[in-house]
Amino acid sequence: MSLLHIMILIPFIFAIFVPLLYKFFNPRIHTGWFVLIIPVIIFIYLIRFIPGISSGETMYHSMAWMPSFGINFDAYVDGLGLVFGLLITGIGALVILYSIYYMSKEREALHNFYVYLLMFMGAMLGVVFSDNILVLYVFWELTSISSFLLIAYWYQREKSRYGAQKSMLITIFGGLAMLSGFIMLSMMTDTYSIREMFTQINVITEHHLFLPAMILILLGAFTKSAQFPFSIWLPDAMEAPTPISAYLHSATMVKAGIYLVARMTPIFGGSSEWFWLVSGIGLITLLYGSINAVRQTDLKGLLAYSTISQLGLIMSLLGIGSAALYFGYGREADLYVVAITASIFHMINHSTFKGSLFMVVGIIDHETGTRDIRRLGGLMTIMPISFTIAVIGSFAMAGLPPFNGFISKEMFFTSVLEASKLTEFNMETFGILFPVIAWVASVFTFIYSMILVFKTFRGKYKPEKLEKKAHEAPIGMLISPIILASLVVIIFFFPNIIADYLLKPAVASVLPSLAEGGIIDMKISAWHGWNTELFMTIGVVVLGGLMYMYLKKWVGIYRLYPQNMTLNQLYNSGLDHAQGWSKSLTDGYMTGYIRDYIAYLFGFFILFIGGTLLVTQSITLDFSNNAPVNVFEGALVLAMMTAAVTVLFAKTRLTAIIALGVLGYLVSMFFVIFRAPDLALTQLVVETVTTALFLLCFYHLPKFKEHTKRVPLKPLNLVISIGVGIIVTLFAFSANGTRLFDPIASYYEDAYELAGAKNIVNSILVDFRGIDTMLEIFVLCIAGLGVYTMIKLGLDRREK
Amino acid sequence: METLMSILVGVFFAIGTYLILTKSLLRIILGTSIISHGVHLLILTMGGLKTGGPPLLGLDSLSFTDALPQALILTAIVINFATTALFLVLSYRSYKLLGTDDTSQMRGNEDE
Repeated sequence: MSLLHIMILIPFIFAIFVPLLYKFFNPRIHTGWFVLIIPVIIFIYLIRFIPGISSGETMYHSMAWMPSFGINFDAYVDGLGLVFGLLITGIGALVILYSIYYMSKEREALHNFYVYLLMFMGAMLGVVFSDNILVLYVFWELTSISSFLLIAYWYQREKSRYGAQKSMLITIFGGLAMLSGFIMLSMMTDTYSIREMFTQINVITEHHLFLPAMILILLGAFTKSAQFPFSIWLPDAMEAPTPISAYLHSATMVKAGIYLVARMTPIFGGSSEWFWLVSGIGLITLLYGSINAVRQTDLKGLLAYSTISQLGLIMSLLGIGSAALYFGYGREADLYVVAITASIFHMINHSTFKGSLFMVVGIIDHETGTRDIRRLGGLMTIMPISFTIAVIGSFAMAGLPPFNGFISKEMFFTSVLEASKLTEFNMETFGILFPVIAWVASVFTFIYSMILVFKTFRGKYKPEKLEKKAHEAPIGMLISPIILASLVVIIFFFPNIIADYLLKPAVASVLPSLAEGGIIDMKISAWHGWNTELFMTIGVVVLGGLMYMYLKKWVGIYRLYPQNMTLNQLYNSGLDHAQGWSKSLTDGYMTGYIRDYIAYLFGFFILFIGGTLLVTQSITLDFSNNAPVNVFEGALVLAMMTAAVTVLFAKTRLTAIIALGVLGYLVSMFFVIFRAPDLALTQLVVETVTTALFLLCFYHLPKFKEHTKRVPLKPLNLVISIGVGIIVTLFAFSANGTRLFDPIASYYEDAYELAGAKNIVNSILVDFRGIDTMLEIFVLCIAGLGVYTMIKLGLDRREK
Repeated sequence: METLMSILVGVFFAIGTYLILTKSLLRIILGTSIISHGVHLLILTMGGLKTGGPPLLGLDSLSFTDALPQALILTAIVINFATTALFLVLSYRSYKLLGTDDTSQMRGNEDE
């Protein structure tokens, strides 16, 4: 176990102590202060890796978990993992700091909140630092589960539960698809290690499971990263407390899908399917998210759709960049390396500006009591610091200078322009769509960014519509968004610090074959001269600005879309139908009558045993080694049949019980004939006691009712029971006809030497299989206790 | 003999199954008893019938019948006794509490 493993596990371990800390220190000290230590320590620990990683090193530690299955807890740090690790812990620390002021220690169940949060943090670190795909999968599902718990944190609210269930159903569906994709990958390569898979890329690309595995793994990534059409869970996930929305549903968890796509790029990248799926779905999501964000009236809803849109942007960049692997070396490849760089760069930028925006929205919600744009307005003078942060965040989101979003947006335009010139992958026909979609989506992005700032902070202050009197947030709540907003500006002016230390190693792990060629060289600058990209941005600003000003005139278009054709409607009706269908199906066979269940059991018995006998053709009718039958034995068999039939047709209970007793004694006589003296003795004793017991209970049980004196004739039951009888007989025939092995009984014939006993049966019971017998006695004891309890206890009271 | 025994066992199973599928508790218990007799005989038959003397070492026989099925049956007889006793008392108790021995009238709670 190395420090790396401890780093991944420490959030889980610390989570155990959170309830205790809460119990002892709340409400004197906010539990968040203790929790804050964890991400800070891990962040500092990870920072120390930067120099090594940026000079091309990687770190690998293995810990045996199930070595016989090739499943080990392999922790692996490379450039890509490190970027995510820093985001997870860095944003995590800021969010926890923010939550200390956001979550009231008097009213909220903080212990639950922070346990879930730490669980998520550990799981997320596990996802990005695992080399073993099965371990990765386990952590992946853990993030889904902790996200479920956090969305349903205010579980009293129906919408929270709805959102939690929705996110759970969709992301777990994707997770399971991803697991099957992973299993296919391991079938192709015979390993669970991602790094070992990289060495067998030729095997994978030529395998017939290549495409199914790719699609299944992409399903996992797309559901997690809320790509169209799986994006519907993200807006409903906004029911979670705002720190959680900032952390899980914009900065980290939804980027796990991005991580997966980036991680799998060396394996699948370079194929046209991968290029089209990833960039196509990404672009559709980008457009879908940005158009839908404009119509939102809830600030968090707007941010949710904007997150969907931005995730689509990052995804499409990864898709475009995968073309670099197609070209291998040379100038073309270089152009597509820009796309990968842009995607990771934009992901970092998105985490900074979107994180700060979420926190500002949380502040507005906290201080005014509403997030509804229609009720907000004129907050600029009341909340100047929040306003400044919102401006920085929104302008970065819109892609304006001097903020980091501008640079990555320009790089995005470069990439789509480059992609449209691509002559491979059928891009000659559709290539032009790439820059068009990108540009249109950017216009809408500009519009909703403006709505976010100006509808809330400008305009008329409407105190009568607010639940609280608005005022600026406490400084503690502002620290985190201020830090993030400063980063937004700093990254704009010094992009190459990020590029050298974080982006370069990260891109190297996405495109390892190019990194080995040593051609990944990047210089990011804010100013590229008067090129097409800049004119595109200017166009976005002009058209976006005009459309924002005349928003009221055209926003009605959204109402033209039929309400019953939305994806949500599809999901809801699908869920309702599935529930109704499964209920009617279950009601159909779960009748509540035990008799029916027994009939199912016997029916299954007939079908399964009979079917197996038929399918394997093992019915044999070989009577050659039969023992002879003498008259006495024949008479006994006849007598037993008569006794059994008498039990069936007896009109009074006494007859039935006596017939059963007769049957038991006849069986013990059989044991005598067949040289089993011990059995005969035991059977005699047991039969006597049982008959006495039957007679005792008979005294208390009611008589057979008049209309059921005779056993009622039920054709179905008759068929089932005759079927069972026939199957058993056939089974016995076949077993007698085929002797596959010699009996092992000869071993026990040395009982005297082995156990000092002359009675073989007894020595088996008390010596060879002594423990079995002991457990049998135990069963008898339990039965005895049951009998005693049911006769003695509690009955008197009820009878009274 | 084995063929005859197999048929006998089949008859036991058929009768026992039919009794188990009826509504009366007492008949259900009778049915399980008959089936368990069938099981005992089935195991005994599977071991081969009358292939030697009883499995006691002090006697003058050269070969013995298979002792393993006998040990299994011995266990089964005892366990069967325990379960039958438990069933009987259970039906007695449920009759006392519910006033019926008809399984179709023994329904659970309202919201089932």
